[in-house]
Amino acid sequence: MNKTSLIIQREYISRVRNKTFIITTILMPLLFVLLIAGSTYLSIKGKENLNIAVIDNSGYFKDNLENSSNIAFSFPAGVDTNNYISKGYSAILIMPQSTGNNGNNYLLRSKKSIGIGSKETIENKIDAAIETKMLQDAGIQKSQLDSIHSQSQDATLSTVEEGDNNSTRESNQWLAYGIGYGSGFLIYLTMLIYGMMVLRGVMEEKTNRIAEVIVSSVKPFQLMMGKIIGIGAVGLTQFLIWIVFIFLIMFGVHLFVSPETMQQVQAMQQSGTMPGAASSINASQSAQTIYNIQHMADTVNWGLIVGCFIFYFLGGYLFYASLFAAIGSVVEDVQNSQSLTLPITMPIIFSFIVMANAVQNPDSGLAVWCSFIPFSSPMVMMARIAYGVPGTVPYWQLIVSMLMLVAGFLFTTWLAGKIYRTGILLYGKKPTWAQMMKWAFRRA
Amino acid sequence: MTILSLEHIKKYYATQKAVDDISFSIEQGSIFGLLGPNGAGKTTLLRMITGIFYPDEGTITFDGKRFDPLNDISKIGYMPEERGLYKKMKIGEQALYLAQLKGLSRHDAMQKIKYWFEKLEMQSWWNKKIEDLSKGMSQKLQFVTTVLHEPKLIILDEPFSGLDPLNANLIKDEIFNLAQRGSTIIFSTHRMEQVEEICNHIVLVNLGKKILDGTVKGVKQDFKDNEFSIQLAEAPLSIASDAFDVVHSDDNHKLTVKIKNGYRSNDVLLYFLQQGITIESFSEILPSLNEIFIRQVEGTHAVTRSFQKIA
Repeated sequence: MNKTSLIIQREYISRVRNKTFIITTILMPLLFVLLIAGSTYLSIKGKENLNIAVIDNSGYFKDNLENSSNIAFSFPAGVDTNNYISKGYSAILIMPQSTGNNGNNYLLRSKKSIGIGSKETIENKIDAAIETKMLQDAGIQKSQLDSIHSQSQDATLSTVEEGDNNSTRESNQWLAYGIGYGSGFLIYLTMLIYGMMVLRGVMEEKTNRIAEVIVSSVKPFQLMMGKIIGIGAVGLTQFLIWIVFIFLIMFGVHLFVSPETMQQVQAMQQSGTMPGAASSINASQSAQTIYNIQHMADTVNWGLIVGCFIFYFLGGYLFYASLFAAIGSVVEDVQNSQSLTLPITMPIIFSFIVMANAVQNPDSGLAVWCSFIPFSSPMVMMARIAYGVPGTVPYWQLIVSMLMLVAGFLFTTWLAGKIYRTGILLYGKKPTWAQMMKWAFRRA
Repeated sequence: MTILSLEHIKKYYATQKAVDDISFSIEQGSIFGLLGPNGAGKTTLLRMITGIFYPDEGTITFDGKRFDPLNDISKIGYMPEERGLYKKMKIGEQALYLAQLKGLSRHDAMQKIKYWFEKLEMQSWWNKKIEDLSKGMSQKLQFVTTVLHEPKLIILDEPFSGLDPLNANLIKDEIFNLAQRGSTIIFSTHRMEQVEEICNHIVLVNLGKKILDGTVKGVKQDFKDNEFSIQLAEAPLSIASDAFDVVHSDDNHKLTVKIKNGYRSNDVLLYFLQQGITIESFSEILPSLNEIFIRQVEGTHAVTRSFQKIA
């Protein structure tokens, strides 16, 4: 049997059989959900609750200053700046004598400093109160104005892209944003996690002193590639398991939905209702929700996205993993590796930042250039692809980016192979990048 | 028949000549000792023979053909000095994996492993992990994985380090067995008494150059000082002779004599026989390999060399 495939098998099986693999595969998505849920909860819960005493000598604001969810205004008598804390108020707001002229001085005193969010809310409330009061003075009821406002909000922009053959396709910016960001983030995480796994694997072989035993049977390059491919396969397996998870969950949701609702959903699909538009078919609320989600999902070319994701994950992984392998071959413990890994993790982090930007402006010059450069293309191109091919990303750009990535990882693998060959059998002093480059570019 | 021959092998690192024009050849079925102080270039030499490094100059001929690392690697078993195994892997799987990397099919590998495990009483180890083994036990396993694929050439770098005398003897016997069955063994060590016991043929390298080459017996003959030990039954009347000088004598009438040029050992015997003294024993004192080694290497700054930088 081919020796490289033997090595791949060992690397793969020994990791997949490992308990930590099983645990992380199950826990990672849970952790993800918890992280999102937790941070959402905290951002809601984290708002400060303020109980504000208002000193309003002119009586202008009374009855018009509305409370918000976390800020309560009250107009007590006998409270001043000296005793508001002892009376149970967290802040005191002193209104000016006259209002309506720009640049009036409203003063808020508090023991603790007030957050930006709360400050803005208070300002808005004061402005709203002034508006209400002015409307009243002009003889307009606030309720009248509100009903005019709600009736006049009529325009919902349905965006449609011009495709080939005059076919049009709806696009959904929010979904594209989510997919682009999500897949870029996933590539970022896996590149770091699996890259470090390769580094540790190579280092283990070196410190265990098994490397020399193995390279007397196979070429160092085969050993390195076997490890990189084996670990890459572990990563793919993990993705596949997650995709199966998602399908199972979706299937589970279908089971919980009553058959009538599903029929209504189908009826809406057949009639081709635009989501959000008033439907001729009498459908329940849940059926409409499901239909909207399905309709939104249909606007995405899933085959292309998943295909590109796997390509860019593998390409990016191969590009960086071989560099991580080269570093693993020259160091003997993790602490020592840090100064050498920095030049590799920096471009990964940089690409992540560019990706976060590209997902908002997929056509910006920075995004386009970084989606060509193999250092950053796996993340940045994924962020752009979510907006549509060939709409946002023309075919030629996609092809050039892919070709450059392939050339890029072939180059890094070649480079890493040279460093690895010398490094894996060398013990003692840690070499510098300059020395490693010398190994890479010398002949033979 | 020559199994391996090296001709004018050179390997230079950036700042030093690790191997500087070394040639020798090894007969099939012999046990060959490659000796030298630390940093002499032994490991570099072995790595070239195992195809891990390529020589800068010179040719290696293996089994009658020019050495081709890709194919010949499966006919070589190498146990490096810096050796180890995967700590988390089960012993049976580990042996199987290493054997398959040497090109054995799964089936053949299993049979060979069973044979060796039984022979060295390791059957019960199969499902244990390396981290559960003592150093000596993992050493035994390492030896098994080196010879499992019945290589024509077996290279052992310090094979006995870490082994107790019992296990060392076990391995030593296996080395003799393998040689008898036609395998050639290259044996690299600093332990000269083991070399004397095991090897037929030795080469001593120092500072990247070959400084000695020959059979153990031949080398000893070359370095002998013509000294003999003689045990007399009673005190001799005189010990002044043209034929020899007395180097050392003790109270038990045991003398160490050095024969002068132009005389033979018989002249010593004749001298004491003429005095009518009974000679209880008479033997030539040959230098040990240890003495020869120290004499050859001492004063060559061999140790400082190993601290030179390799860029």
